[in-house]
Amino acid sequence: MSAEPAKRAAGAAKSAPPARKDASMEKQKAMLAGHFKALSTARETGRKVAYTFVPGNLTELLTAFDFLPVYPEINALQSGMRQKSADYIRDAERLGHSEDVCTYVKCDIGMMMQGNIGPTGEKLPPPDLLLLSYTGCFTFLKWFELLRNEYGCEIAMLHVPYLANGKITPEMRKYVADQLRREVIPKMEKITGKKLDLDLLAAKLKRSMKAEEDLVWVLESAKNRPSPIDAYFGSVYYVGPIFTAFRGSDACSEYYAELRAEVQGRLDRKEGPVTPDGTLARERHRLVVDGPPNWTHFRDFWRIFHDEGAVFVASSYTKVGGLYDRGFRHGNEEDPLLSLADYCLGCYTNLSLPARTNLLVDYVKEYRATGFLFNSIKSCNSFSAGQLVMLREVEKRTGIPGAFVETDLVDPRYYGHANVKNRIESYLQMLDQRGHG
Amino acid sequence: MSATQPELEAILARCERLYGDLSLGEVSAWKKAHPGRPAIGHLPVYVPREILHAAGALPVGLAGAGDQIDIVKGDACYQSYICHIPRSTVELGLTGELDCLDGCVFPSTCDVIRNLSGIWQLQFPGKYVRFLDLPQTFDPETGGKFYQRDLEELIHELAGLGGREPTAAEACESVRLFNENRRALRALYALRAESPWLCSCDEAFLVTRAGFVLDVAEHTRLVEQFVAAAKRRDKKKEDRIRVMVIGSFCEQPPIGLMRTLERSGCYVVDDDLNLGMRWIEGDVEPGCEPVAAVAHAYLTQSVWASTRYEDTRRRGELLARRAKELRADGVVFAAASFCDPALLDQPPLQKALTAAGIPHISFKYAENTGQFQGIREQAGTFSDSIKLWGAA
Repeated sequence: MSAEPAKRAAGAAKSAPPARKDASMEKQKAMLAGHFKALSTARETGRKVAYTFVPGNLTELLTAFDFLPVYPEINALQSGMRQKSADYIRDAERLGHSEDVCTYVKCDIGMMMQGNIGPTGEKLPPPDLLLLSYTGCFTFLKWFELLRNEYGCEIAMLHVPYLANGKITPEMRKYVADQLRREVIPKMEKITGKKLDLDLLAAKLKRSMKAEEDLVWVLESAKNRPSPIDAYFGSVYYVGPIFTAFRGSDACSEYYAELRAEVQGRLDRKEGPVTPDGTLARERHRLVVDGPPNWTHFRDFWRIFHDEGAVFVASSYTKVGGLYDRGFRHGNEEDPLLSLADYCLGCYTNLSLPARTNLLVDYVKEYRATGFLFNSIKSCNSFSAGQLVMLREVEKRTGIPGAFVETDLVDPRYYGHANVKNRIESYLQMLDQRGHG
Repeated sequence: MSATQPELEAILARCERLYGDLSLGEVSAWKKAHPGRPAIGHLPVYVPREILHAAGALPVGLAGAGDQIDIVKGDACYQSYICHIPRSTVELGLTGELDCLDGCVFPSTCDVIRNLSGIWQLQFPGKYVRFLDLPQTFDPETGGKFYQRDLEELIHELAGLGGREPTAAEACESVRLFNENRRALRALYALRAESPWLCSCDEAFLVTRAGFVLDVAEHTRLVEQFVAAAKRRDKKKEDRIRVMVIGSFCEQPPIGLMRTLERSGCYVVDDDLNLGMRWIEGDVEPGCEPVAAVAHAYLTQSVWASTRYEDTRRRGELLARRAKELRADGVVFAAASFCDPALLDQPPLQKALTAAGIPHISFKYAENTGQFQGIREQAGTFSDSIKLWGAA
């Protein structure tokens, strides 16, 4: 292991001034503030509210009805980052929720019990609709059953078939589109009292395409050396607008155009990614990662890597809300409902394990990664069940040894910093010794 | 010893042998007797076994290895915080115990069973692997059509493995045989609900479980023989409480746990063990389109289950109603550790029972749990409190 001063020199300098907030970051912050303000006044303004999930989200459809979307897993991760999740989880467990189950669910239920105060400190309104897009995660189904018991509101189920054989079939597309026609859209029409404007939906989908193009460009900028972005810790911010309430809006397109220009600037200046401790000075390791990050210790977790000069050049987590880098675009299809079906079907956690493995292997090769990591999340079976087998498969097919750590989404009891740090540092040291660094 | 005791003992001894034979000798024997025809394993909870049968295959239920083997290779595939059934299933696969199977069907039970289908694809590249996406939308025009098409595709694939594309008459015959089987199992469960001292929890479990490997007609006969003999049993009712056991629909508890519960002062009058065998309530009416009928039965005649979207039916209310119908004194929530469907359902189910004034307790297990003392004390206290004071 290199000495501590050397590591600091390799990574971001501790003495560097705090990272300057790029204009795109400020823009995203303003977009979120506006959205949560609109949510807090939804009852007064008469706007309808839909709770839904990030994977397989139907944002353009929701906003075509002027619904305000709420994403409970985003609220949960925000609670984790703001150190509120431990209390929320404790409250849910007191209600009888098992310590074994998804901590996003428990965090959300605990937050609801404590008044449903959102990340900006404003109260979130109850849902008029629970849009259960059952995409890639069984727990989503149970989660919204629990919420329906609490809120007693309308619920719309959209069953998205699993891509067990790695491909979308015409029957799957038809099944999803038919459900939209027969179940989801009629419920939205009933709640809002509006008919769906298909032209408006199609226009929103077309608008999404531009933002998606720019996002893909940003993600693929990590193919450069040094990478101007961190495609895991940094990119969870980059995917924020397109994974949530803003896809299909002008603001979303403007955000990604601005982000792209900023990343282009970093490329021109041959700068590494921005980290919480400043710009990464020297890229020593290029990593691919599978699994969501830990949110309760997000910066500490990130720091372990950038202290060692390790940059994530590709991640699967930033594809849970759409595999845009593999060619999908909203608006590719003339029939908007088929576009939405393709989108839902293609999200990362809806892929089979062989397809996920193929993607990770391709990422290692395409991004010239020197290592890869599985961050196995205790409470997320959709990601975690099978990761040990995938790890060995990726090792076999790339010839590169992988690392495996265990953390959790928002339960701080399952994040052991010293243990995780020790493992990762040992792994990176091993890569150095094997000449993979 | 009553006159029926040797007959019952023989049936139960056979069921126990089948349960303990992890190498699936019965399946190998069937294959020898039916050269060229496939044996297809399937994971819990529900797979329409009559469809596999109609396609000329032997449906073989897989439910892990219980407490019968040490897990070595399976543990290398799963983290400690994932339930036990996939690791013992992988262990069986990697140690060659499942070699007699020509393929496996993985139903959409939960994320772990779903992902196990991917592990199977990666670990056993030459084997037939099929994920069965049971619809969570129960509209016949959407979920029904999608599912029917999927079943037709499954039949076609099995035909390619040595099975057949059944005629309507052949498919109807399969439906008829499985209707008879479900009737026999309903009789078994009715006997236990009415006179649980004549049929213990572990006996009902073993007799049902024999259907995982036996040809359906043979299993039906076995169940009928058991029920007939059990009814003639000379056993007296004991002073125990009547309980339902809920949450054990996928990973099965060890038999020792079932016996412990009953030795602690409980009669188990209903449970969701081996639930897939009893998934469809009532008969499937095959009509002239038997595959469509099987698909329709899933939409309209499924039991309430934690793995199936709740839709308009409320599980808590259904559970409370069922408990009252069965005159259950209490409900025991027995879920496998890390079982998302069972554990996520527990709070609302418990709330509904509390509202209905039905006492309940809960504990977790793994299929290889070996220590039952804690469960014995918990169940014993539950039983005593109900017997003494009428409520836990």
